[in-house]
Amino acid sequence: MSELRVNSLQTTPSQTVGPFFSFGLVWEDGPHVVPEGTPGAFRIGGTVFDGTGAPVPDAVVETWQADQDGRFDHPDDPRGPVRWKDFRGFGRSATDPDGGYSLLTVKPGPLPVTGGGLEAPHLNVSVFSRGMLVRLVTRIYFPDEEANTADPVLTSIDPARRATLIAESVPHGYRFDIHLQGEHETVFFDL
Amino acid sequence: MPTYRQDTASHPPARFPEYRSNVARAPHQPFVLLPQRLGEITGPLLGEGRVGPNDNDLTAGHDGEPQGQRIIVSGRVLDGDGRPVAGTLLEAWQANAAGRYRHDADRHPAPLDPNFTGVGRTITDADGRYSFTTIHPGAYPWRNHDNAWRPAHIHFSLFGTAFTQRLITQMYFPGDPLFAQDPIFNSVRDVRAREAMVARFDLDTTVPEWALGYRWDIVLRGKNPTPLEEEDDDE
Repeated sequence: MSELRVNSLQTTPSQTVGPFFSFGLVWEDGPHVVPEGTPGAFRIGGTVFDGTGAPVPDAVVETWQADQDGRFDHPDDPRGPVRWKDFRGFGRSATDPDGGYSLLTVKPGPLPVTGGGLEAPHLNVSVFSRGMLVRLVTRIYFPDEEANTADPVLTSIDPARRATLIAESVPHGYRFDIHLQGEHETVFFDL
Repeated sequence: MPTYRQDTASHPPARFPEYRSNVARAPHQPFVLLPQRLGEITGPLLGEGRVGPNDNDLTAGHDGEPQGQRIIVSGRVLDGDGRPVAGTLLEAWQANAAGRYRHDADRHPAPLDPNFTGVGRTITDADGRYSFTTIHPGAYPWRNHDNAWRPAHIHFSLFGTAFTQRLITQMYFPGDPLFAQDPIFNSVRDVRAREAMVARFDLDTTVPEWALGYRWDIVLRGKNPTPLEEEDDDE
């Protein structure tokens, strides 16, 4: 039996987003994963820090997540149609002069894992900034989730660094700081 | 469920100190492998609502014509298997013809152009094709090293159809004499991958009496061949 071989093309390389992206990448509704007034919506945000502990004022933080039912409105989600049709699932926030970002979202449901188990509720995160040549990928987990203890990704990480992926509860939502480098360096993933 | 091939060789390393602002920002810890599951093989499918009718013409939308050499940059967005990526959002931004960005932090003493903002958006058609009309951006100085200049470039941002495919990159122009001293361009260590960031001049898409044509195809990650159902062995 012969396997069909297609021409494989080399991926176009990543390059830095540079310092001057804000006029090109900032959308007015970027930080709204869900519209204002959505039941259960909260703010999640924090500060991006560099290795010297200085805030990074020229980063952009993007999130991708499931809806409250743990579903994606996407053809490759094999589970079919979703209930929350206008749920965008995507958020984008450029950092402000103090390195802060902020998004309005809802907590996603857990995700089924092929072969059994669940991924605990989380957001997938991309971080771009001047000075970085590649996208950094991380995850935001929630502090009040029992499912964290059985999450296949969290449990695969050195326990000493696991806490860098878990947001902190604050009055109107959650805080999640991103440390690009240094003592508290956030866990970043290779996809 | 599909999964996407690794393409590590194409990309710059995370740490590349020749690019000075990389030093305090690149992570030091090794990246942890993230298995591709539902949240990685899906992604935002941002479409028509994001793009207005003239958003792919960066020379439009102002009282007059911008200064500079008018160009048309067109090409296809493909995945690593050569399949067109249809209906995907491209965002582009660039400096004006004098090498100045419309951004408060840009201190280069070159003139702003009242007729040029430098932002474009478009969506690929069913064959993955896109086209932007713009002006040739200027090179500009920066402080990375002594007498450092960025080669002329246009920034591109793409989503593809999956979180794994997200890409932000830059398109360069053929024969730029500034390549040799630019650490951002040279952070891509693979020669072929580096060349793939350079558009080619194209007489076929050059419009007589109007604009020079450049062709540039963008390749997003391809899928792995469909595996047997044994994805649960990755924990």
